[in-house]
Amino acid sequence: MNELKVVGHSSERVDSLEKITGAANYVDDLNFGPELLYAYLVESPCAHAEIRKINTAKAERVPGVVKVLTGKDFPLSFGLYMQDRYVLAQDRVRFVGEQVAAVVARDPKIAKRAAALVEVTYKELPPVLNQMDALKKDAPLLHPGLKAYKHVPWFFPKGDTNIAHWRKTRKGDTEKGFKQADFVFEDVYTVPRYAHCAIEVHGAVGLYDASGRLTVWTASQSPYTQRNVFAEALSPLGISHKDVRVITPYVGGGFGGKAGVSMEILGAAFATKFKGKPVKVMWNRAQEFYNTYQRQGVEAHLKVGMKRDGRITAVEHLLYWDAGAYVEYGANVVNAVGLSATGPYKVDNIKIDSLCIYTNLPPGGPYRGFGYSEFCFGMESHLTRIAKKLRMDPIEIRLKNAIKGGDTLAYGAHMNPNGLSKAIEEVSKEIGWGKKEQSSDPDKVIGKSFACFWKAPAMPPNASSSAFIKFNEDASLNIMVSGMEIGQGLLTSMAQIASEILTVPVSKIRVETPDTDRNPYEWQTVGSHVTWGCGNAVKKAAIDCREQILDLVHRTLHLERESLYLEDEAVKSRTKPGWELPLKNFVIPGIQAEDFTFKGGPIMGRGVFMPEFTSAISDPETSQGGHPNVHYTTGASGLTLEIDRRTGRMKVLKVVLAADVGKAINPDLIRGQVVGGMLQGLATVLYEDMRFDAKGRMLNPNFTDYKIPTVMDAPVETKTIIIEVPQPDGPYGARGVGEHTMIPAAPLIANAIEDALGVRITSMPITAEKVVAALKKEGKL
Amino acid sequence: MKKTIHFKLNGEKTSMDVAPNDVLLEALRANLGAKSPKCGCDRGDCGTCTVMINGRAVRSCLILAVEVEGCEILTLEGVSKGRIAALQRSFVKHNSFQCGFCAPGMIMSLTELLNHKPTPTEEEVKEAISGNLCRCTGYTQIVEGVMDPAVSKKR
Ligand code: FES
Ligand code: FES
Repeated sequence: MNELKVVGHSSERVDSLEKITGAANYVDDLNFGPELLYAYLVESPCAHAEIRKINTAKAERVPGVVKVLTGKDFPLSFGLYMQDRYVLAQDRVRFVGEQVAAVVARDPKIAKRAAALVEVTYKELPPVLNQMDALKKDAPLLHPGLKAYKHVPWFFPKGDTNIAHWRKTRKGDTEKGFKQADFVFEDVYTVPRYAHCAIEVHGAVGLYDASGRLTVWTASQSPYTQRNVFAEALSPLGISHKDVRVITPYVGGGFGGKAGVSMEILGAAFATKFKGKPVKVMWNRAQEFYNTYQRQGVEAHLKVGMKRDGRITAVEHLLYWDAGAYVEYGANVVNAVGLSATGPYKVDNIKIDSLCIYTNLPPGGPYRGFGYSEFCFGMESHLTRIAKKLRMDPIEIRLKNAIKGGDTLAYGAHMNPNGLSKAIEEVSKEIGWGKKEQSSDPDKVIGKSFACFWKAPAMPPNASSSAFIKFNEDASLNIMVSGMEIGQGLLTSMAQIASEILTVPVSKIRVETPDTDRNPYEWQTVGSHVTWGCGNAVKKAAIDCREQILDLVHRTLHLERESLYLEDEAVKSRTKPGWELPLKNFVIPGIQAEDFTFKGGPIMGRGVFMPEFTSAISDPETSQGGHPNVHYTTGASGLTLEIDRRTGRMKVLKVVLAADVGKAINPDLIRGQVVGGMLQGLATVLYEDMRFDAKGRMLNPNFTDYKIPTVMDAPVETKTIIIEVPQPDGPYGARGVGEHTMIPAAPLIANAIEDALGVRITSMPITAEKVVAALKKEGKL
Repeated sequence: MKKTIHFKLNGEKTSMDVAPNDVLLEALRANLGAKSPKCGCDRGDCGTCTVMINGRAVRSCLILAVEVEGCEILTLEGVSKGRIAALQRSFVKHNSFQCGFCAPGMIMSLTELLNHKPTPTEEEVKEAISGNLCRCTGYTQIVEGVMDPAVSKKR
């Protein structure tokens, strides 16, 4: 391959000027004119209840109120992987804050005031606020209709229970594996719920015009998936895909929370009741916490067998997920973990059970890491603990078991090439493994820790990406993709890929945020897969342009096809040194031939990418037989932690993360993912914590009580190490890294605490208070 | 019961009709189309609504619109009117933003700091943005952006 000129180098972000001047528009910044209506919701105060009666009369009489909508207006269910969710509650509510009715008015303040006048009569039912209670024989059933719900073929709901999906993976024989082990170790790890806390809240504006066309503007990672879900859910109203247009301006942070369809269905559905008038639904910060998706909690029972030489002989992982009231998306998190909950190790004997359990808490769903952070806490804690018991080095144990390209995965497919071992070695060096550090303060101790991670995109087997590229008169480019810019820098890396092939500088490329009428299909921007998937599509579209260009020059100017190439925005020929034809001379007007006619015309490229080797269909009892994951990104991380032994207060002195990204399209953007993701991860360990009372009400739905990190909480140093073992089917070998950077945070902290103080904490968050309690319990304080 | 208030927005005289309980953030956005200040929490926690009033960075979600009678208000639109400031350039160079939603508030808080202290220490930079939440960047690149010699004119 020729040397890369753009890919692999840092490049100014293509969205930079808009974002630093305040010109960038987010959904709440768009103007919709004087006809705009506002919807305000009436929410359930009960975690579990039947709706007996809704009296809207008083609210309807408030001047300025246009209409009050209830579940009767929308007898529709929806959902991405399982249709178990409703636009507005039907006869039952299943979590505190669930949308029961909506007041639509000309003024947001009037809508809010009138919403308080809607009277709803409930008959309370016993709530189930914990997944272990939901499994009890006499537990109330949250979804008596579960058996009849439409769902994807790789889900296995258990009718007449609260188990919405049970992913079982079996490989080898774990009983035999434990017998072969010299040491078997078991423990339980618990992880609570967490919130994404993108600084921009969710919002949606729908407009259903007189011709029957529905346009929805949303803050979303998933414009096409939204179009599909809207069209399917609203099909009883005669709406079809061609009638639905989803436009997504810049998004103020996603982290999985703006994937799929949550509150956006309201903007789409409500609009259908007010022809010609746009209807806006904006979440407030509290709703952002309790009625989008939350990261699911889990109780993980882990059993690992190991030989004295450090080889893992068997892994049994039993994970009970608190999936919340609706699992249309969250069940796929459970599914993904059920296939991968060994971590990046070669294990011959595996038994994983991952159970998606309904509870009367807000719906669970995708969150950066997609369940991998949660099981990684247990797995990576466990390995370090076993190493200690066997008097082995925890890094050596990981190196011994590190998965290699070609190894068989838990579900029988083969692992992709990867640089995990290299990542382990590099982190070990960078963190100064084996060197004890001492604080100058006698009250403070310093611990060091290590953890590996892996993650695959969780996507349907036919998730695809596509791209259009069109040239402008000056040979600048517009790239159209529906991969979403959520801050990660997708638009920039797409521009870099096209620039590499077409030799048009990035500064002359505009990449548009999605509009489903204009930009071609992308499944969703989730799973750290768009650099790979969308990048492949853009690369193909750029090659398509290049081939059109070279064909045209060849046939019009009779230059040898094989001699032609692009350089510095011009066509050149290897056999005709000195000759060149600038792109801008012909990419729109065409080339004039000897007879004065013109050949060619506007150059436009298209590219489509679908991973054609994947399949989600396998034996439900073992998960053997399919190929559900496209590839895994692997890596390693290390951390140095200072702890005040009197107060338990912790300070991260240094954290190092090495990820095998295949090929860094833009190293600066990767550093951004590492620094930002790691801090987000550390916050989930050290202080973020979602609290509910005994009635299922969230107690801290605001930034005063649910603390997210400020600049003061950042680690003293975060070091990024890029490993590049190419992904054979990735653009220039690239694979994703957006989520991975927060996955190892929890075991890093837990392992460092044990290293420094000799106490082990197995439940998150790991607050200073918990550290002190553990020290007291061990008689160390 | 609306009242007309007069003030300067980004250097230009303007006025708007506001109710006594109208919040400045919403009034600027809805009445005057100044959309760079954003609403991230509506209760003073996140700093995305930061604007400058008479040279001080304040949270516009905590201020009533009627309070700005006679004041000079500066938003990021005003900062960006002329040449792009060194701080903004440095934000681009250092990747000091990702989704960009926090950037207007950050830049306003930092503009206040740099107006008073052209060569701040790292601690002072952190202090200045300790009330501006950013969920994407991890803050490191923001601090680097301000500490760049092109911004904090040391030597
Ligand atoms: S919106 Fe004003 S501080 Fe958050
Ligand atoms: S860049 Fe997204 S919140 Fe700061």
